[in-house]
Formats: sequence, structure tokens, C-alpha cells
Amino acid sequence: MSTPRRRLPAGLHVVPLLWLTTVWVLLWGTWSLGNVLNGLLLSAVVLLLLPLPDVGFGGRVSPRGLLAFVGHFVADLILSSVQVAWQAVRPGEQDISSVVAVRLRSESELLMTMTAEALTLVPGSIVIELDARSRTLYAHVLSAPDDASVEAFRRQVLDLEARVVRAVGRPEDRALLLRPSGAA
Amino acid sequence: MSLDDALDVLAAALLLSGAMLALAASVGVLRFVDVLSRMHAATKPQVLGILLCLAGAAVRLRDSVDLWMLVLAGAFQLVTAPVSAHLIGRVGYRTRHVRRDRLHVDELAGPDVDD
Repeated sequence: MSTPRRRLPAGLHVVPLLWLTTVWVLLWGTWSLGNVLNGLLLSAVVLLLLPLPDVGFGGRVSPRGLLAFVGHFVADLILSSVQVAWQAVRPGEQDISSVVAVRLRSESELLMTMTAEALTLVPGSIVIELDARSRTLYAHVLSAPDDASVEAFRRQVLDLEARVVRAVGRPEDRALLLRPSGAA
Repeated sequence: MSLDDALDVLAAALLLSGAMLALAASVGVLRFVDVLSRMHAATKPQVLGILLCLAGAAVRLRDSVDLWMLVLAGAFQLVTAPVSAHLIGRVGYRTRHVRRDRLHVDELAGPDVDD
């Protein structure tokens, strides 16, 4: 499968237009011509009246990277759900938590956002603060009673970031993965 | 056992496990010690619970036009749950609804925090 490079034109963006049209058609449930045309028209009106800031994607979707990311994500989601559910119902006190700072390597706000979003749904953490200027992410880790688990969490975040960048990052974002990072 | 029966059993299993996770999530919201911990319960098991319930409903409905709406509901759940958890967690932290005695380290507070 080839990976076409998508350049978005100014004004009406193709990807949000197609996404909104898809949502509209899915809500109606049938792929009739009328639904698609109405969806396109409505999406265009919405995008023109409520313009969104350009997030500067300009990246390249790598099918293999995306597959690896989604696979890990689903496995992590199931694992973390069971872990949190068990912590909730088991007898006794809750584990000691930590608020951990992790310095990310990518500079793109989109990649940092995607990393933070995915991180909230995978084992043990929710993001409470994201400082884009210093590329630092602060997360609450539910079960982190010692320094070893804090370090393990940092490594886990950096691995997740690497998977996000390999899935949708630009070549220059990939190059940034090589620079040393970790503790903020 | 016909295919329909097998699918019904699968749907029931998905719906039940989803409901169990949602129940565990609500127990977590009640039992965890502070806002930040509660948001863990309100995101992970809750999201997977809803996804399993939607999958169960999709298997049960099979070829109804409403199937796509279930897909959309699941997709929006995945996109919006982390955002609301982030915002509530951030507000909770900033308004000091954090049990500091239950934290091992707090790298957001900095070295010269007073409490």
C-alpha cells in the first residue's frame, strides 16, 4: 500500500470535510447519494462558518506504524481497564500515586496532543498538564509507590510517543526521537 | 446451536462484561481517595465498558442501519473521554483537591512547595 502525501489547501480542508460528511452519513445509516450530497454541503457550511486553526499536520501516515500503534493501544486499554477495575473493587487501601513529569522529544503540538490523549486511556495514568513550550507532560500515575515505578512510567510514555511519531509523524519528527530525553 | 444462537451468546457476553466494567468504574469513583484517582476510574474501565456494550449491541442488532451510530458513539467516546479527564484532573490539581499524603513524588509542584 502506498502512502500518499496529503497537502491541505487553505480554506476548506479536505480531511475535516470528508470526516464531517462521513459522520453525517453514519448518523443517517445509509450511503445514499442524497445523504452524501447533503453531508458535503452541511460540512462545507460548518467549516466555513466555524473555521478551525490549522494544526499543521503535513505528516505522512505510515500503515505499519499506525497498525502497531492501534494494536498496542487496544491491548493497553484492556489491560489498564482491568487493572483499574481491580484496584477499585479489591479490599484494602488504594496504592500510593505519583505526579510524574516527562519531557517529550517531539516539537509538534499535534503529536504531543495525540500522545497525551492516548496516554490517558492506557495503563495507570491521566495527563493533568502539558507545557508545549518545554515539551513537558505531567501525568498522575495511579500506582507508583517508588522511584522504580516512576522511571518505568517515564519509559512507557517515551515508547508511546515513539509509536505515535512512527504512525503519523514527519521524517523530521522521527529524527527527533533519537535525541536523549526522559526526566524533565 | 445455530449461528444466530451463537451470536446471541456472544452479544450477551459482551454486554455483561461491559456492564461489569462500568460497575467497577463507578465503584472506583466512589472509593478512590481524590479527584485525580477518581478520573482513572472514570476513563479507562468506563470507556472499555461502553465499547463492549456497544459491541454487544452491534452483534445483537446485526444488519440494522443503527449499527453505524454505535460505531460513531464508540469513536466519540474514545476521543472525548481523555479530554474531559484531562480538564477535570487539571482543575482538581490546581484547586488542590489532591491527597498529598498519598503521593510518592509530585514533580509538578516543584522543590519549594509549602505543603
